[in-house]
Amino acid sequence: MMIIDVLFFAAVRESLDCPQLQLELGDEQQTLQQIKQQLAQRGEAWQKVFNDRNLMQAVNQVMVNDDSLVINSGDTLAFFPPVTGG
Amino acid sequence: MANIIIKVQQQDFDFASEVDILEAHNQSDGALVTFVGRVRNNNDGEQISQLTLEHYPGMTEQCLQHIAEQACQRWQLGRITIIHRVGDLAVGDKIVFVGVTSKHRKDAYQGNEFIMDYLKVNAPFWKKENTSRGERWVSAKHSDNQEANKW
Repeated sequence: MMIIDVLFFAAVRESLDCPQLQLELGDEQQTLQQIKQQLAQRGEAWQKVFNDRNLMQAVNQVMVNDDSLVINSGDTLAFFPPVTGG
Repeated sequence: MANIIIKVQQQDFDFASEVDILEAHNQSDGALVTFVGRVRNNNDGEQISQLTLEHYPGMTEQCLQHIAEQACQRWQLGRITIIHRVGDLAVGDKIVFVGVTSKHRKDAYQGNEFIMDYLKVNAPFWKKENTSRGERWVSAKHSDNQEANKW
């Protein structure tokens, strides 16, 4: 059984009304793209978040652009809007 | 590699103390460049009364460390301090401090500017403003990406 943690920040967290969740994904490895498609099916707000081209993402606290990245059990994914610090 | 200090904290910082730390027993560097960012009372034509900064604990510190290390690869830097505040901030409050020392001024100026430009588009911080019309998340600026891309 593959288990991953998913975190959401800032406006994304608010629009999903969800700071974090745990996903159980069965035994087969999945890509980031597949996991995003699965999350997008949770409802209208989720679809909107995952269709947003500006959505940023991190795997194990490192920013990633490549959706074909294979996700492993125990990984932590995070989704958030463009950053605005400084 | 430079001596790097990274702090992400709710509490305020003292500018003079941070400068002292960068300069103490540091006779090899002749240049010190600092940047302090503060909360403005206006943004995009709206009056701002308060700001809340959210971040991704753990990733933020790693990311700032990585940016400081990248600066060290490009310029000869002696010491680097990056402090970024999170939580609720009032107008005029300090948000961010970047201080770098170097043998010479050009490395210090450029290293400091690079760190701020990269921090703006890479470090996982998000600002929420309190305006007269209510709360709103600050939108990322395209110009910040252009600034970071120039390096």
